Amino acid sequence: MPNVLIPTPLRKLTNDLSEVSAAGANIGEVLANLERAFPGVKERIFDEAGEVRRFILVHVNGEDIRFLDGLNTPVGDKDEVSITPALAGG
Amino acid sequence: MDKSNRPFFSNLKCRECGKLYEKKAIHVCEYDFGPLEAAYDYDAIRTSISRAAIESRPQTMWRYRELLPIDGEPTVGAQVGFTPLVKADRLAAKLGIKSLYIKNDTVNYPTLSFKDRVVSVALSRACELGFKVVACASTGNLANSVAANAAAAGLKSYVLIPADLEQGKVLGSLVYGTNVIGIHGPYDQVNRLCSEIAGKYGWGFVNVNLRPYYAEGSKTMGFEICEQLGWRIPRHTVAPMASGSLLTKIHKAYNEFVKVGIVEDAKFSVHGAQATGCAPIAHAMQRGTDIVKPVPKPDTIAKSLAIGTPADGYYAIHAMRQTGGGAEDVTDDEIVDGIKLLAEHAGIFAETAGGVTVACAKKLIASGKIPRDEEAVLCITGHGLKTQEAIAGKCGELRLIKPSLRDFEEQIYNPDMAATA
Repeated sequence: MPNVLIPTPLRKLTNDLSEVSAAGANIGEVLANLERAFPGVKERIFDEAGEVRRFILVHVNGEDIRFLDGLNTPVGDKDEVSITPALAGG
Repeated sequence: MDKSNRPFFSNLKCRECGKLYEKKAIHVCEYDFGPLEAAYDYDAIRTSISRAAIESRPQTMWRYRELLPIDGEPTVGAQVGFTPLVKADRLAAKLGIKSLYIKNDTVNYPTLSFKDRVVSVALSRACELGFKVVACASTGNLANSVAANAAAAGLKSYVLIPADLEQGKVLGSLVYGTNVIGIHGPYDQVNRLCSEIAGKYGWGFVNVNLRPYYAEGSKTMGFEICEQLGWRIPRHTVAPMASGSLLTKIHKAYNEFVKVGIVEDAKFSVHGAQATGCAPIAHAMQRGTDIVKPVPKPDTIAKSLAIGTPADGYYAIHAMRQTGGGAEDVTDDEIVDGIKLLAEHAGIFAETAGGVTVACAKKLIASGKIPRDEEAVLCITGHGLKTQEAIAGKCGELRLIKPSLRDFEEQIYNPDMAATA
């Protein structure tokens, strides 16, 4: 299963785990399964319109999914999905 | 603290939902991932701060102490700031504007860029919070500043930079004995890695988990501009944009000075400058939207501004729009011209970001966005000695002669000079 890096602000929902495994063939499925395992995660990541929030970045193996295929970006078993706050740097 | 012991700096507060947080090493809201910002007790500050009080203090950025987010006295970078505000009449004439000032942070102490301001706050706060290891994601200037200020304070530091930075910026970090880590990839990848490291190890990343403190340091550039103009807000301010943080904090500084009664409310505009090879904020402004489209592969000589996913782009756009400001972007050739314009007409040698600011100001004046009969302040944020590669071979050649008067007269001396000698 893909490995998902959990950012600090979400760890209260993941029992303080900084990395978890979540099944799925694409990013959308992985995030849906993350919600099943850790209820509450979804509403933190997505806004009311169902879009990834303005201040959150999702990467697959270091590539921003906005440059790939968004939530349809395919992921394999050995891939690393990273959720990070957009508000860093500069 | 004021006399009644009410802290001036009370909390961190989510800029989106307003939820309050303790003043810890956290930077985003748990609920909506919005940015946490320092929140102040302006009523308490109003009773402590005054023009006379500020004028009585040492000429550093810490003379605005009440409006900076630390609890005690600064322990790192206490001498930073209060750089010259230069009235640049020859450059004003060249650009065709009535009045022009350069806020000259090329001579900021100790590492010749505005980043010493933000680092001074971030590392002073890092010490208050008990960090022993500090770090940053940087396009160069921040790395220099973290390395120098951490060395002075006796903190261990790691600076993470894109692998292809200018030599001056790499050496300008290495010399302080810091750990310089070059990352294969653009800045935005460096940033993501730093977020992941910050989430896993207990380090104080100045622009990740310490960002709410760090970012506030940029306000001091705005405070100083007001004071140096004789306690008033300039009509136009032009700032370079990488993450967009500096511009939003100058906007905040002007508003705060009005709020605490230091300057009178006046109409002002803040304008943003980017390089065409990485202009996500300027392009969003020009498209009339606040949706910032990330740039996957920035390509510009202004490497210090090459942030494809600017953290504060959204807020920078709102600050510019609210104040009637504009945004421009300029090509690499225009950047070099901007550097030369500033050097030849104001005697100030700026790095590429300074060239961006001057070249964009030129466009804003030419288009009428900054009217010719008004005044503007240009924020020049870093020294040109750090980015020499950008202008090598583009500003004349060294002329070589033997140490002989005849050679001098034959090859250099022009009889026409006699009249003016």
